[in-house]
Amino acid sequence: MKMYGEHKFQGRLFIAEGIDGSGKSTQLALLQKWLDSEGYTVFFSEWNSSLLVKDTTQRGKKKRMLTPMTFSLIHATDFADRTDHAIIPPLKAGAIALADRYIYTAFARDVARGVNPHWVRGLYSFAVKPTLAFYFRVPLETAMKRIVGGRDSLKFYEAGMDLGLSDDIEESFKLFQGRIIAEYEKMVDEFGLIVIDATQSIKQQQAQMRNLVTQALRGAKKMPVRRWLDLSSTVKGRRA
Amino acid sequence: MAGFEFYGEGPPGVDLEELTGKLIVLEGTDGVGRSTQIALLKPWLENHGHAVLVTGMTRSALAGDGIKRAKEGHTLSGSTMSLFYATDFADRLENEMIPALRAGFVVLTDRYIYTLMARSIVRGADPDWIRKVYAFALRPHVVYYLRTQIEHLIPRVLHSTGFDFWESGADLRLGETMYDSFVEYQTRLLKQFDAMTEPFNFEVIDASKSIEQVFEDLQGRITRHLE
Repeated sequence: MKMYGEHKFQGRLFIAEGIDGSGKSTQLALLQKWLDSEGYTVFFSEWNSSLLVKDTTQRGKKKRMLTPMTFSLIHATDFADRTDHAIIPPLKAGAIALADRYIYTAFARDVARGVNPHWVRGLYSFAVKPTLAFYFRVPLETAMKRIVGGRDSLKFYEAGMDLGLSDDIEESFKLFQGRIIAEYEKMVDEFGLIVIDATQSIKQQQAQMRNLVTQALRGAKKMPVRRWLDLSSTVKGRRA
Repeated sequence: MAGFEFYGEGPPGVDLEELTGKLIVLEGTDGVGRSTQIALLKPWLENHGHAVLVTGMTRSALAGDGIKRAKEGHTLSGSTMSLFYATDFADRLENEMIPALRAGFVVLTDRYIYTLMARSIVRGADPDWIRKVYAFALRPHVVYYLRTQIEHLIPRVLHSTGFDFWESGADLRLGETMYDSFVEYQTRLLKQFDAMTEPFNFEVIDASKSIEQVFEDLQGRITRHLE
């Protein structure tokens, strides 16, 4: 079992962190498009995506059965499965793995829920250390405005309603996300997160990312994939 | 009798002062007779006026079903399985054991974190990592380790359920047949339990004796313990 910082892979791992509405997913999607067009093989994965534990997580959330401890552990289980299936294999193959949210999401959320910071860091110590970790820093008010759907789209656990900070879901969301931001800020130095000012234009942010990613890609393998479209175009005269 | 403490940092929101019950653990490899002993101990303790809660592994409301389904697919890797079990354990600790201990019950648990740690380590988990994961667990008042040699286990297992896929560690591909795999897997688990005996203060019970003898042994120890 290899621990954080001990893995040696040919591939590269780039991850994006930030609160909801920070624009990190948009930026990661743009980065993926660009990497694809440059001829790299890219694997994308996101937080909370393991099919194996999906039912348990969904049930726990829907029925509001989760405590800060089980919330933390079920997400770590999800992440372990994701590490084994969506992160380590592409990195071993020399490809690029992109992750929308990574262990720092757990460190921010779980600690905001009162879980011991050392314990949760130990819990995730099997994680692969990212080549670059981007943190999209945004003021809470800006992020709130960007969340589409407004208050009706806010979910119980996302808003930290389990903590009883406020009976009003919007107020609870603000208080909880405020705590999460405070935890992210503590992690900037601790884990060397690269801060991107997410109040800039989408284009500016993307340019900064691509610049840093380009440097980190020196010596990385390009593995152009023959796509279905390429194949079918070689079979002359058979296309309708 | 000393109060409760966690091995490390406990779950948020638990006041240890409120826990007035007793936490008694029965540990040991598969087929050693833990559940039989628990079935005997529960009515015996109740006859003596103790309210008893019996609990075991993978029975939590939250993750029990999920684990069962995941095991059917046999797709769990070492760290994923370790953490899924840890989730299940945390759910039972917070929602069954701690409330019962708060209400003054004797909580009898069929296995505890030690089985979960042993299985994880045998499947390649870092021992230091898995111990830290379970640092949120309550330190039991007493752990009875039902110990027997592998030779005694085999006939018992054959008599009851036969060689189960997971109890034989068949996911590890340790032997050509389920029998070989069972022997190798249980031997490895036994080694882990033995290694935990001292650091975790296990009281070792000779489980090669008859059911009645083991029960008497446990009765004597528990009586002294609850005095």
